[in-house]
Amino acid sequence: MAIDPTDVPRFAHGSRIPGWDESADLEKSPLEVPDPATTHVPDDLRAEIEAHVAKYPPDHSRSATIPALWAIQRRYGWCTPEGIEQAACVLRLTPAELSAVATFYDMLDTSPTERNRVYVCTNISCSLRGADELLETFREHAEGEPDVHVRGFECLGACDIAPMASVNGTYVGPLDADDVPTLLRQLRDGEEPLPEKQLARRPSADPKAREPQS
Amino acid sequence: MTDHLLFSNIDEPGLRTIDVYERRGGYGSLRKALATPREELIETLKGSGLRGRGGAGFPMGLKASFLPKGDMQKYVVVNADESEPGTFKDRELMQKNPHQLIEGIVIAAYAVDATISFIYIRGEYVHQADVLEAAIAEAYERGYLGENVLGSGFTLSLAVHRGAGAYICGEETGLLDSLEGKRGNPRLKPPFPANQGLFQGPTLINNVETLSTLPHIVELGSERYAEIGVQNSAGTKLISVSGQVRNPGNFEIELGMSSREIIFGLAGGTFEGREIKLWFPGGSSSPVLTKDDLDLPYDFDTMAKAGTMLGSGAIIVVDDSTSVVDVALKVATFYAHESCGKCTPCREGTSWTRKMLTRVKDGSATPMDLDIMASVQERIIGNCLCVLGDAMAMPIGSMIAKFRGEFEDHIERVRAEQERAILAGVSG
Ligand SMILES: Cc1cc2nc3c(=O)[nH]c(=O)nc-3n(C[C@H](O)[C@H](O)[C@H](O)COP(=O)(O)O)c2cc1C
Ligand code: SF4
Ligand code: FES
Repeated sequence: MAIDPTDVPRFAHGSRIPGWDESADLEKSPLEVPDPATTHVPDDLRAEIEAHVAKYPPDHSRSATIPALWAIQRRYGWCTPEGIEQAACVLRLTPAELSAVATFYDMLDTSPTERNRVYVCTNISCSLRGADELLETFREHAEGEPDVHVRGFECLGACDIAPMASVNGTYVGPLDADDVPTLLRQLRDGEEPLPEKQLARRPSADPKAREPQS
Repeated sequence: MTDHLLFSNIDEPGLRTIDVYERRGGYGSLRKALATPREELIETLKGSGLRGRGGAGFPMGLKASFLPKGDMQKYVVVNADESEPGTFKDRELMQKNPHQLIEGIVIAAYAVDATISFIYIRGEYVHQADVLEAAIAEAYERGYLGENVLGSGFTLSLAVHRGAGAYICGEETGLLDSLEGKRGNPRLKPPFPANQGLFQGPTLINNVETLSTLPHIVELGSERYAEIGVQNSAGTKLISVSGQVRNPGNFEIELGMSSREIIFGLAGGTFEGREIKLWFPGGSSSPVLTKDDLDLPYDFDTMAKAGTMLGSGAIIVVDDSTSVVDVALKVATFYAHESCGKCTPCREGTSWTRKMLTRVKDGSATPMDLDIMASVQERIIGNCLCVLGDAMAMPIGSMIAKFRGEFEDHIERVRAEQERAILAGVSG
């Protein structure tokens, strides 16, 4: 059962506390650490989360919260209540502690989301080079695509290839309207997104960065 | 004197592998550092004049000297959250030369006697985090990380921690809470992280570029490094130039270069027939400058004297084809979205500013609203737990002050257009 934001008028005038109006599973107590005897956690998921825990000092397994939520999102497509329950069971935390974190961060989804995530940057440097129009084009073309989630995003740290997008984590740009249908087709066919426009292959803009210095 | 240290031949094929990095003399500075007493190393860092590259410009060596001496567990945390709009330099550094950063981390950790370190990287940087993880594995294998580094008796662990999308996790105490597995809400300061940081232990937090510079300081020595740049702004700096310029990208400069030379010489200048209307000298949080300020030298003190800041070294150029109303609205929308919501002036102030600017844009505001908006900015500044609120208030305040006429004209024009449309509707 999701919380209906209109039932919580406190911030209805629009200011935002990340996650305050996002869904929570109100049918279960969020306050209890799940019982390992009754909570089924798939072995490989448990192993993955425990491997993350090992990166932090003993007694600080809570640091593995974001890595565990990433593991849940990769496995189930989004941070499902069952997934959160399982991660909480491994980390010995309450589900509330995990969903409080999940709702804080833009990349963790706490409601069902399409498998392919396309983040179109609409922050300042990209918008100065046509990002708002690009996002519109994406939205138009993606309409009816069953497996694509398009959303505007804050600065992705790639303003040098503005306007740009992150396609399942791969940065591509600069994009024009013609790239949009190509990219959506590539996603449908399981191909790499716009190989020739990937940031990873781009040389430095600094002319002197290409020559050895004495 | 060279003006290229961090970016020197950064496109060399295979540089991200340890073999190529070592062939270029990589990890030589670490050997040198490990053979130096800690106090002397900290003096070298202080003497270099290196100031933090993450935004606040705090002297790096001084910060390192604040950590208490003694047996307690200490930490080094690398701020690789890089989410200040317009900034993308750490991305290129990590992706193309990860070992330079790792070497800097080990040097810093040795200097402050920390044995556990983390790189907190924003979740969006998937590729860069993968590159770092591979490089860390190589460094462990060759004995630059782990127990008894290069036989010195010094031990250091290093792991990558991926964030999940929140600007506020770039603020150092928000970052620490996030790294501890909590919501990324900033903490009250003091205590500062140097005394109580990660897991309440003394913690050195520095930006990626700051730490990537350490191997060069150790190699050159503090005096030679301090000769690069200008007074109070030693060294080279990576500048991210973006927006309405022909050749956006990262450029390494000697601090004190003229701003015009960066924007026009390196980044290619504005498009055909366009003029600069305004520019942000240090990310979207910095008060804006205009075309009259282009001849200012680009360094910490000059920018501060001009009423703005060098910040993260991200220049965003806006030309005369763009309305200042749109720029202000973008900026306010971003901060309203990223406010963590903990303090009222920031949570409400950013959100109301966004709403007022929306009214300006659609013509329903009055010039008095501009005064109210300016006073809201003044009330945010200095009244928040962290400086995210200020980070919106300062640029918005500067835009209203410097472009008030354009805001008023915009309101007038939109209203006149709407009136004409209504009249046309009535008569037609
Ligand atoms: C809202 C906010 C966001 C910040 N974002 C970043 C960031 O993305 N990267 C960064 O290095 N520093 C960022 N900082 C600055 C850090 O708080 C801190 O000053 C810096 O990491 C210290 O490292 P330095 O001394 O090497 O610059 C931010 C500060 C604030 C208030
Ligand atoms: S100033 Fe804003 S972002 Fe910073 S702690 Fe307060 S509410 Fe959070
Ligand atoms: S504004 Fe789009 S990546 Fe920075």
